[in-house]
Amino acid sequence: MPIRIQEHDFDLSAEIAALRKGDPRVGAVVTFLGTVRDMNDGSQVKGMTLEHYPGMTEKALEEIITQAKSRWDIYNTLVIHRVGPLLPEDQIVLVAVTSAHRGEAFAACEFIMDYLKTAAPFWKKEDTPEGARWVDARVTDDAAMARWNND
Amino acid sequence: MKLELRFFASLREALGTSQESIDVPVSVKTISELRTFLIQRGGVWTQALAEGKALRCALNQHMVDANTALLEGAEVAFFPPVTGG
Repeated sequence: MPIRIQEHDFDLSAEIAALRKGDPRVGAVVTFLGTVRDMNDGSQVKGMTLEHYPGMTEKALEEIITQAKSRWDIYNTLVIHRVGPLLPEDQIVLVAVTSAHRGEAFAACEFIMDYLKTAAPFWKKEDTPEGARWVDARVTDDAAMARWNND
Repeated sequence: MKLELRFFASLREALGTSQESIDVPVSVKTISELRTFLIQRGGVWTQALAEGKALRCALNQHMVDANTALLEGAEVAFFPPVTGG
């Protein structure tokens, strides 16, 4: 379950190819790619800076993936999260999951992403025409995570 | 009890510090009591850590709730709700 926190960009095709290489059991690869929007909460976003908690970030993501592997029959996972300065249209986050069939991979990928949003220690600071501002956590993210506990 | 404090994001900026080694009195036994102890420093500490502020906490790099007991030598982090992804 590779987990990478990095400043530099990544190549989606190359990452997926590496993730499934040599594993002919795989029949499904589901990926989520998060990118930087140029608008948030009614303000134009010129760029952002991502901060994280080195050490805890990796531990939190390992816990999230371990939970996903205990809930669904998946083979391999990859999480890449960028930190540092980013611009609109930049790639921020990649979650990829391999499995024999799509159902397990879709569910596990969404679960990992929902948990990452509420449990992994990353923070965004946006650069807007009104000045720099820290992004507030969304109630909808908590709701998205909570539904996984009701299944 | 000796602790290593860490602060992140908007809280780090408000306090003007990202980490601190601290030796707290024996009466400070939980995360919640540590927060109250820090609030009593006054100034930016009182404002930034005030009870109404939504803050999360980690003990030795695991998210915990306010009632969790502190451990000798532990790394204790305070930060706002996370906004990654």
